[in-house]
Amino acid sequence: MLELIEQFDVIGAFWLNIRLAAVSFVLAMVLGTVVAILRLAPVSVLNWFGATYVTLLRNTPLTLIIVFANLGLWLQLGIEFVPREDNPNFILENNFWLAVLGLTVYHAAFICEAIRSGVNTIPVGQSEAARSIGLGFGQSLREVILPQAFRGGITPIGNVLIALIKNTTVAVAIGNREIAYQMRNMMEFRPDAGILIFLIVAIGFVILTLPVGLGTSWLSAKLAVKR
Amino acid sequence: MTDTRESPGTDLGAPLVVLEDVNKHFGDLHVLKDINLTVHEGEVVVVIGPSGSGKSTLCRTINRLESYESGTITIHGDELPSEGKALARLRADVGMVFQSFNLFSHKTILENVTMGPIKVRRKKAPEAKERAMELLRRVGVDHQAEKYPAQLSGGQQQRVAIARSLAMDPTVMLFDEPTSALDPEMINEVLDVMTSLAKSGMTMIVVTHEMGFARKAADRVVFMSDGAIVEENTPEEFFTNPQSDRAKDFLGKLLTH
Repeated sequence: MLELIEQFDVIGAFWLNIRLAAVSFVLAMVLGTVVAILRLAPVSVLNWFGATYVTLLRNTPLTLIIVFANLGLWLQLGIEFVPREDNPNFILENNFWLAVLGLTVYHAAFICEAIRSGVNTIPVGQSEAARSIGLGFGQSLREVILPQAFRGGITPIGNVLIALIKNTTVAVAIGNREIAYQMRNMMEFRPDAGILIFLIVAIGFVILTLPVGLGTSWLSAKLAVKR
Repeated sequence: MTDTRESPGTDLGAPLVVLEDVNKHFGDLHVLKDINLTVHEGEVVVVIGPSGSGKSTLCRTINRLESYESGTITIHGDELPSEGKALARLRADVGMVFQSFNLFSHKTILENVTMGPIKVRRKKAPEAKERAMELLRRVGVDHQAEKYPAQLSGGQQQRVAIARSLAMDPTVMLFDEPTSALDPEMINEVLDVMTSLAKSGMTMIVVTHEMGFARKAADRVVFMSDGAIVEENTPEEFFTNPQSDRAKDFLGKLLTH
């Protein structure tokens, strides 16, 4: 098993999944929060934008989004994230960011809904009290609503993160050499290893996602807003 | 100051909150019917009436937590802005105390009281903190300043809510059934704070079922029924000599218990 892990750089491959997940999660949190704010804003055009974003992205297969990032944004529109000159790793690096883009816009839709479910845990009186001391919409969100929504939404946000970590394997579709890529290599060149290949990958993901589940349960209990 | 309470109506300040022909519907239900009400500076107006009479809605329209369809509401002669920054500024000057306290659950007691002064009034934190502690002392919960709302009793939470409103130096305070969610033994600690506030000359509009408070602290009692103001008078006159059948009926039901 160890020999297999070394031969195919399983650790390096998983490291790429971790980087994809980490960067995409941070960006999806930012974008998801922005979309959630659109959906909560007292302006119906913004609500419509937010709702349309969520409906579109949530209902499009992730593979389609990521392949579109590659074929559509890069090959057709020429959008590039890293300098091409003197960069032997241009394709790999650009594919990384195209995958991050796809993962981000897709999971932002779910983060938005997770935050909204957090908002639903907040009694309406909290925002009325915020408004009644003279806080504007932005201040009410920042000081009163979002801090409580994130706390109430920790568990659903954790679920999105777990899904995101596993969904990073879709990045193989546009040539990222992450674990799904190495799994295919292993199956091709070491057919004798058989079921062990699947076990290695499965255990790897359990190691990555289990702490997230435990961590969010712990955080959610620790940070729960007592009412 | 206390003397003016004994002879209400004789020492009225300038009109502060003025409602003219205010109408509001919830769907088919006409919840506010041609409401006309003037509250003067330093006056304490207690609004009473049966459940569903529109008194809470009336209270909430004054800082536009509820919208209204027609009529005008002015505070200091300025008409209520309908939204945006101007409305936020107005709300900063109008204190509001809710039935369910609505303290910010994720903030400490002290942070609850300093948030408005710091974020809205742009006061420096030490200054806001000092003033907040002074107010918390005044309502008797200064020793709980570092706790979270859920750790306090209902009566203590409501007194903090009053301090939170006072920290904004409001020109008028609205109370929307401030004691209705409290256990009986906690009602008095809140009413005592409100009574001393009334004596200090604060302009107050109080929606309540506490007739004792109305008798003791009000300059004027407004009786509402089915969305309309049916009767208004001094507490003495209203409780001993109600004019309308509706008010007689309401008071009669209270006294049988």
